Amino acid sequence: METLLNDFSVGLFVMQALILLILILLMRKFAWKPILGALDSREEGIQNALDSAEKAKMDMENLQADNLKMLQEARTEREEMLKEARDMKNKMIEDAKKEANETASKLITQAQATIESEKKAAIADLKSQVAILSVEIAEKVVRTELSNKDQQLKLVETMLGEKSLN
Amino acid sequence: MVAKKSIKFIAVLILCSITAFASDEKNNHKGNKIDSPTEIKEYIKHHLKDSHDFHLFTNNETGTHVSFSLPVIVWTNNGLKTFMSSAFHHDDNGEVIVDQGDTRLVKLHSKIYELDNGASTVSFDEHHHPTNAHKVLDFSITKSVFGMLLAGLLMLLGFGALARGYKKGKVIPTGFSRVLEPLVLYVRDEIARPNIGEKKYKKFMSFLLTVFFFIWILNLLGLTPLGFNVTGQIAVTVCLALFTMVIYMFSGSKDFWAHTLWMPGVPVILRPILALIELVGFIVIKPFSLLVRLFANMTAGHFVVMSLIALMITMKEAFGPVASTGMSLVLALFISVIEILVAFLQAFIFTMLSSLFIGMAVEEHDHH
Repeated sequence: METLLNDFSVGLFVMQALILLILILLMRKFAWKPILGALDSREEGIQNALDSAEKAKMDMENLQADNLKMLQEARTEREEMLKEARDMKNKMIEDAKKEANETASKLITQAQATIESEKKAAIADLKSQVAILSVEIAEKVVRTELSNKDQQLKLVETMLGEKSLN
Repeated sequence: MVAKKSIKFIAVLILCSITAFASDEKNNHKGNKIDSPTEIKEYIKHHLKDSHDFHLFTNNETGTHVSFSLPVIVWTNNGLKTFMSSAFHHDDNGEVIVDQGDTRLVKLHSKIYELDNGASTVSFDEHHHPTNAHKVLDFSITKSVFGMLLAGLLMLLGFGALARGYKKGKVIPTGFSRVLEPLVLYVRDEIARPNIGEKKYKKFMSFLLTVFFFIWILNLLGLTPLGFNVTGQIAVTVCLALFTMVIYMFSGSKDFWAHTLWMPGVPVILRPILALIELVGFIVIKPFSLLVRLFANMTAGHFVVMSLIALMITMKEAFGPVASTGMSLVLALFISVIEILVAFLQAFIFTMLSSLFIGMAVEEHDHH
């Protein structure tokens, strides 16, 4: 211990303190500050690049997701449109059928009515014809058979009775 | 490239200009190799100490020392004195007296003493302590200070280049900077962030980074044959630990002081005792553990490596020159490899513990 203390040189201590202090200051100014600054900024640059790459990747993913979504939407829209079109077609056919049916039934009814009225007219015409014929026949009969009064009456009665059957 | 080359050129020029090949005939061990265990022990002890000149090698046959002399700056009773360390002529026993006008200085065991007024030679007591001389405040550019300056210069060059690269707009550094960047990231992400916390670590980065690389480079310089032992100087580690202590004591949060001085949740009687324990822990024990760990590890490392290298001399008698050299080589290589690991490890542990203590001080508790 004594030799250790004896070896301790105050002058060397002072010189060392001075040199170390000056060296720290010089190194800070000329080396450590620029070096650490450059290292920091380089690390920051790398971090930024990594971050932006990550962000680009995320954007890309988002874009892809968007695309997929849009595709999905378009697909459903198409489906819907197709469905609508199909429905419309069915409806139109249905409507057309219905209309056709209606028209047909109308026509039929009309036709039936016409037929009926024609029939009636025909019957009426027939009746009138028959009446005229009857009258003519009666005329003739009357003309021929007017001599016999009894016969005449009998004839009229028979004829009338036949007539009423119609 | 041109700038880099010119910097290298200037560095070489400076090194050459302060090189002084001194030849000295007044050597005690003239014609004597360092080959006895006591001499080796002395040699290692001498190496572990700081020295005033940059000794490369000595040729004891001719008594020639090859070394850089470094400037000596001392504060004596008569003011500041500066001269080159070559003035001592490699004397370390207080024999060569350097006369600086009104002041006489000697170097004794790597320390500079000022002779008292009127004394012309150093006299010693029985413990070999000088009786008529006293130590001076020594601000010399010693080998350790030179090592620190060298480490600082290397750091400024290396990390300055890295910083300039970024400033020029290079996102990925090239060349040697590419090696430095992961180290900076390592200190930031493995040491500072987990221990101090995401919010506050930035403030302490300058200190932690500087200390980490400073210690590491100095530890590695210590493994070179240049023989620096900077982090094995107790003054250096004390200073480093004190820096850490000052930083965490002055950046302590309110919660830290509340917990340290008046611990909630314990009986009131115990609180002052706990406060005392905590304060002693933070002011004395923690810095002490930091400084002793670094000092002891580095000193021990140098000691072991040098002892193993010395094996080739000490074991020559017993095993013969080939076996002792081989053994010394293998063991020294093995320990050197471990020391390279320890060099990093000690820098890491010092920085790690510093940031841990800082983390303790700045922590904010959101409960209670």
